[in-house]
Amino acid sequence: MTLQYFLILAAALFCIGIYGLVTSRNAIRVLMSIELLLNAVNINLMAFSNYLDPSGIKGQVFTVFVITIAAAEAAVGLAIVLSIYRNRDTVDMEQFNLLKW
Amino acid sequence: MNLADGVQIVSFGVLALMMLGAALGVVLLENIVYSAFLLGGVFISIAGLYILLNAGFVAAAQVLIYVGAVNVLILFGIMLVNKRQNFVPLRNAWVGKTTTALVCLGLFALLGAMVLSTPWAISTAPVAGDTSTVVIGLHFFSDFLLPFELASVLLLMALIGAIVLARREFLPDALEREQTQQPVLTLPERPRELASATPSSPDRTLGTSSTKRNV
Repeated sequence: MTLQYFLILAAALFCIGIYGLVTSRNAIRVLMSIELLLNAVNINLMAFSNYLDPSGIKGQVFTVFVITIAAAEAAVGLAIVLSIYRNRDTVDMEQFNLLKW
Repeated sequence: MNLADGVQIVSFGVLALMMLGAALGVVLLENIVYSAFLLGGVFISIAGLYILLNAGFVAAAQVLIYVGAVNVLILFGIMLVNKRQNFVPLRNAWVGKTTTALVCLGLFALLGAMVLSTPWAISTAPVAGDTSTVVIGLHFFSDFLLPFELASVLLLMALIGAIVLARREFLPDALEREQTQQPVLTLPERPRELASATPSSPDRTLGTSSTKRNV
């Protein structure tokens, strides 16, 4: 059990999240991919906190902050998706071209 | 404090397999309801990893906030946006997917090489372990006091913003029928602007009564 295992696992989760963020066409799946990205960062912070700073655990404090911001982001993101769905009557990311030109 | 090494490695392997499999399911499955439930599996596996990292408090917070709040919120969002539609297939969609997959694999290789080649300064200080809750509380009220207060303000802003964004404004049926020539640049679900454009009082009373009935 070393630090590298956790970091590589977090890197894999981050790459899966980026793939989902770019390729998915449902807006709610994009929000779920963002949650995956934030959780990968959290795993990194917790691993650093346990292996590099085990007595003054500042990584866990940062993880709690990131969890807070993620909860707020999920609430606002879902409200935006609901509002767009009500205006455009779809959740397809390819048809959200309001700001394109 | 720590479990035995073999038990730790086996639990890490099982949790990592669960997490990666569920994350791939979240991204790749067609049905989005399955994706939402697998996202809960990802969160629970990550909470197990936190317990392996001697952080019981954050693991409990992860289960409470992510599985209990965020995942339920996403399920409610799926329920509210419940439209069974088949997306129009794009031309050359596989080019984008293949490019993204290649970029992600390259990023993973880069990150893995960086992780394996960096000499980490592994500390040998005593692990906080069960006293981690006390240490986190001390951090919150001494050197992280300003971010703590800013986080509370940001939660309040997110609460009000989500309510303002998601509030539904009903369009009354009678108003819609008699408004034959609608102005071009007006969104159809904003009855207030229509009422202010035609300030005759019966429309307004009709609109408010039907709004109450709908609410």
